[in-house]
Amino acid sequence: MSGMRLLDGSEAIVEAAIMAGLRFYAGYPIAPATELLEYMAEKLPSVGGVCVNADTEIEAVNMALGAAQVGARAATGSCGQGLALKQEAIAEAALNETPLVVFNMARNQQDYFQATRGGGWGDYHTVTYAPKDLHEAVELTHVAFHVADKYRVPVIFMGDNLLARTQMGTSLPVPELEKLPAKDWALDGTMGGTGASRWIWTFGGGKANRPGVGPDGYWRQIAEKFQRIARDEMRHEQCFCEDAETVVVAFGSAGKFVEHVVRELRKEGMKIGFFRPITLWPFPADALDAATRDAKNILVFELNAGQMIDDVRLSVEGRRRIAAIGGVSFDDSGLNLGPLLDADIIRERILAQLSGQPLRQLPYTGMGAYL
Amino acid sequence: MNVIDTARPPERAASRTATFKPSLLLSEHHHLCPGCGEPVAIRLILEVIQELELTQNNICILGHGCYGSFIMQMDVDSTLCLHGRGPAVATGMKRIRPQTAIWTLQGDGDMTSEGLAEIMHAAARGENVTCFMLNNGVFGDTGGQMTASSVIGQRTKNTLEGRDAAYHGNPIKLAEIVASMDGAAYVARGSVHNAASINATRKLIRKAFQRPMEGQGLALMEILTMCPTGWFVPPGEGAEYMMESLGKVYGLGELKDVAAAASPEDAGV
Ligand SMILES: Cc1ncc(C[n+]2csc(CCOP(=O)(O)OP(=O)(O)O)c2C)c(N)n1
Ligand code: SF4
Ligand SMILES: [Mg+2]
Repeated sequence: MSGMRLLDGSEAIVEAAIMAGLRFYAGYPIAPATELLEYMAEKLPSVGGVCVNADTEIEAVNMALGAAQVGARAATGSCGQGLALKQEAIAEAALNETPLVVFNMARNQQDYFQATRGGGWGDYHTVTYAPKDLHEAVELTHVAFHVADKYRVPVIFMGDNLLARTQMGTSLPVPELEKLPAKDWALDGTMGGTGASRWIWTFGGGKANRPGVGPDGYWRQIAEKFQRIARDEMRHEQCFCEDAETVVVAFGSAGKFVEHVVRELRKEGMKIGFFRPITLWPFPADALDAATRDAKNILVFELNAGQMIDDVRLSVEGRRRIAAIGGVSFDDSGLNLGPLLDADIIRERILAQLSGQPLRQLPYTGMGAYL
Repeated sequence: MNVIDTARPPERAASRTATFKPSLLLSEHHHLCPGCGEPVAIRLILEVIQELELTQNNICILGHGCYGSFIMQMDVDSTLCLHGRGPAVATGMKRIRPQTAIWTLQGDGDMTSEGLAEIMHAAARGENVTCFMLNNGVFGDTGGQMTASSVIGQRTKNTLEGRDAAYHGNPIKLAEIVASMDGAAYVARGSVHNAASINATRKLIRKAFQRPMEGQGLALMEILTMCPTGWFVPPGEGAEYMMESLGKVYGLGELKDVAAAASPEDAGV
């Protein structure tokens, strides 16, 4: 595809996903993930794909699992509450090695724990990509499907309302990614009666004629795989950290705003830097540790009551002063990133924190639109 | 009806009565109880798969129940999915591989308790898949507790005095409900309590595979299976107990066949 198109984030992600080979999507409406479902329903049939309007998020994610297990690139999508319903199946995908992409167009940034800590059973992690805008979202959509297939793991793509509904011009570029081997593990139904039939299940036990390593051995192999992913797939972005006395950490759409403020403060002569995890899991702990080695202050701006800040603390092992400068922040739709996501307010909070002033509490946004 | 006295060792030890195994089983051993009806039902299904020449064109999705351990025994491509979600997984597979016979192996607990939404919506959509429900009226695997299909009066581990409609609610006759749905092409209930019922059930299973493969919609094939362990009766008395309890509520035979006159088999016999 050549030339620029003006697309909203949802449409750009759907276009990128189909270009990445997505052929099966199942979803259930919920703002701000509804447009993904609508665009999928519109666009997938024309490439021979299928979009099923599932009757629950649980059904949707299990359909996607089935499609992925027979070899298709498959995805499902929702937002916070729906992600909670999908957690059992995300754990299942991690433990039975099914590649699956879950788009979570989150309400705000309160799904950090849910995405990075997982809500299902067993020892697993969920690779989670948090793009800062549409351009990065297009790239990370390709990466998400690639990484899901490469390691046979579930991947969460963490967007938000701003990303889903903001238009930008894009040529939908396709990133260069290494070629992956054929999915010789996938079920195609042809191996019955040969003694070599295939299986997919979370206990890893094979067939009676090839019983495998047993759950203990299998789950240890899965744990090792997640260690490899943590080593090789970590992504982050940083600027001005070399001589920074203060480093501000933020992710997703909020990261883009914070970066803008940090660049302005730099121009004004302040020794301030910026650090943005792109993978929320694996969290770029070593990189953050290195980037903040000489910093006196680490400020964490996230639009929730303090979730990523736990990972920041773990990364620098309490060796530096860490303060939360974000907070719970919504507009009255309950979807948007809220009044804190404002360059002037971010600046005010950075300066207040550094000078020992209390952070100004913004008034509650109320339910204006509903009255 | 005898109730097993668990204070004494069993009088009769279990003995293997048949050594012949269908070729789609990888071993003649399984881990299910003596007198269990599930291995009989599974064996029938596998034999029909061979008869219909689907051996190298089928994928089985197993739910959570005693039958689940057959993932290791069955020589067909298979996955063991989350409890109750089989028809959703089957949907994803069938939409990507429409030429493959996709079938679920579930129990009454898996399908009627945990997975009611999945089977109902798959039936409503008319997915071209075959869903088996091995109905023994209990959660056998977890030790014999009440499911949505336990019948009134049935003693289970959590209905010790028998299922009481006023207190525990009423059983769900799932096959009857699914038969009323437009997307369901074939709904039947068989049983494995004696040779005649086994032979009759084999014929029903054939059609349960054929209708979805003809693109007519979903097939629900319920099979009543003995669970002497979960019913607390001696293995040899499972069949009799089943027909006196479940058998009185769940009538055997075809409940729906959209292609009743379409196939020669139906017209002929
Ligand atoms: C989400 C979830 N809840 C509960 C269980 C525990 N569990 C395993 S098997 C089973 C009973 C299944 O009963 P049924 O489908 O009737 O099969 P049966 O053992 O009677 O053949 C249950 C409740 C589970 N595996 N997953
Ligand atoms: S508990 Fe019941 S269903 Fe399970 S193996 Fe034993 S007899 Fe069969
Ligand atoms: Mg049961």
